[in-house]
Amino acid sequence: MSDYNFAYLDEQTKRMIRRAILKGLAIPGYQVPFASREMPMPYGWGTGGVQVSAATLTPEDTLKVIDQGADDTTNAVSIRKFFENTAGIVTTEETTKASVIQTRHRIPETDLNEDQILVYQVPIPEPLRFLEPRETETRKMHSLQEYGLMHVKLYEDISQHGAIATSYAYPVKVAGRYVMDPSPIPKFDNPKLTMAAIQLFGAGREQRIYALPPYTEVVSLDFDDYPFEASKAAHTCDLCGAEHSYLDEVILDDEGNRMFVCSDTDFCAKRQSAGHKGRLAGEVA
Amino acid sequence: MYVAVKGGERAIDNAHAWLAEERRGDLAVAELSLAQIREQLRLSVNRVMAEGSLFDPDLAALAIKQARGDLIEAIFLIRAYRTTLPRFGYSYPVDTGRMTCDRRISATFKDAPGGQVLGPTFDYTHRLLDFKLAADGGEVAKATTATAREDDTPHIASMLQAENILQEEPHSDQEPKDITRRPMSFPSDRATRLQALARGDEGFLLGLAYSTQRGYARNHAFVGELRIGRVPVEMEIPELGFSIEIGEVELSECETVNQFKGSKTEPPQFTRGYGLVFGQAERKAIAVALVDRALRWQELGEDNLGAVSQDEEFVLSHCDNIQATGFLEHIKLPHYVDFQAELELVRKLRANSMTDEENEA
Repeated sequence: MSDYNFAYLDEQTKRMIRRAILKGLAIPGYQVPFASREMPMPYGWGTGGVQVSAATLTPEDTLKVIDQGADDTTNAVSIRKFFENTAGIVTTEETTKASVIQTRHRIPETDLNEDQILVYQVPIPEPLRFLEPRETETRKMHSLQEYGLMHVKLYEDISQHGAIATSYAYPVKVAGRYVMDPSPIPKFDNPKLTMAAIQLFGAGREQRIYALPPYTEVVSLDFDDYPFEASKAAHTCDLCGAEHSYLDEVILDDEGNRMFVCSDTDFCAKRQSAGHKGRLAGEVA
Repeated sequence: MYVAVKGGERAIDNAHAWLAEERRGDLAVAELSLAQIREQLRLSVNRVMAEGSLFDPDLAALAIKQARGDLIEAIFLIRAYRTTLPRFGYSYPVDTGRMTCDRRISATFKDAPGGQVLGPTFDYTHRLLDFKLAADGGEVAKATTATAREDDTPHIASMLQAENILQEEPHSDQEPKDITRRPMSFPSDRATRLQALARGDEGFLLGLAYSTQRGYARNHAFVGELRIGRVPVEMEIPELGFSIEIGEVELSECETVNQFKGSKTEPPQFTRGYGLVFGQAERKAIAVALVDRALRWQELGEDNLGAVSQDEEFVLSHCDNIQATGFLEHIKLPHYVDFQAELELVRKLRANSMTDEENEA
């Protein structure tokens, strides 16, 4: 694949994307329009994240790619291969060894540090989209800080269901200004959004980039009497016994038996090799 | 028993190998050559070039072969390739008045300078399966030819305009925005809209255009002119200091003449819709012209009737089939983390509502 430039995109395009990233970092939570390119993978499959990663990577970087928290899901494999082929960089499955982590739908369980960059793939960057389909309107609402509609939606949830009926892509307010979509991560991950690493969000089809600088204040929207709750399945991991990691539910048989396992595969494997055991450890491969 | 889901990489490799086998099909049947696709499936090639936004019949033929005849997949391959091409510059606007027309018809005048030229059209064929083609096809009788016209073929619109009965289009030398280099923003302008429509999905635009004919923002359109042929492309080469012809492209151009009763600002006159598309693609060119006309309601001081074909943001945000198909099909990707979150939520809400019922009972 030597016919292509390092990390596929040409330098002009990378420069354009870097400008958008810098603008995003300067205005945390603001969606910066950028001239997204047509990538060799489909829109909706991580083209935004891939472009942000391509503009961020240097030959010395070590890349980790996860989807649903796992390194071996098919699309994560496909994106990792893409960068192995086009950038020839080192890849890893270990969170602590990666300098750039591209993710879809999860934040790793292991805390990230100041030398790391977390790149999110974003399908719909606009937190107000399902309340107002028009971009012309939502941009106006952001510029006027007109977020009443969102609070009404959350209030209506409570009055109808007794709880806020949003379980992922839970809206947050960034540095007291912009309401932001954290991408479809489970709300369990929301408290981790204030972190040491740089967080970059890329939405290719929607042509938007946004960012969270390290240690930015990120608050999940809620009410005093209905505070935000970072929920997960009320179980422990059946493989590593972790009590505070996000769990996937796996159907074991047609009698309704289930098991719960960490969605973060690297976290789970590390714990198992350190000798932690869950309910079904040893029973399953 | 649960086995940790490993081996995504091997599964992908195996799937690709099977796909390659399926693409080739029965080995006892001769393999398609690109030349065969280019020459005998030319209208597929045209559609791939138009919606792929790249005029290269050989590459389009390759994409069709690789995509097993799935044209949207072929368009995707062309788009992805196109992004990697360096830009040397921009050509001058092509002058369709200089087109060497293979086909040129007007539905508004029985005859006009330049004449009515049917060209290679399906229009008056009877749609009867030709079983001779199922056999070997045999020799194709040579079509009769006439002497090529040497003069330029004037546009029908220019004749109407001479009478001032057709609205004059504002002239501008402003450089149009390149939609592949600038993010789309709204409100946009007509040049940007026409660019997006030119690469928009033929089926989507056909449906929209049809809806305007059936009364959703009706703008009764006459095909003032439809012409298909080749035009030279000229470009100024900075090192030379003058412009040279760098090649030719085949285009379909449709200009509609639409009724217009006048508005607060405009006297009664005819107005136009315009469509320009790569290759012989007249269905698409006509559809673009109708949608273009519907989208001009504001500029012409017409009412917004709430029809989707008048809604620029709706039309432009959804006409691209590569964006649409990517996002539609991404729901095949794993979503089990989100789904798990939803499972927990629904279980919790159900538990709440059942407790409520018990309390009431």
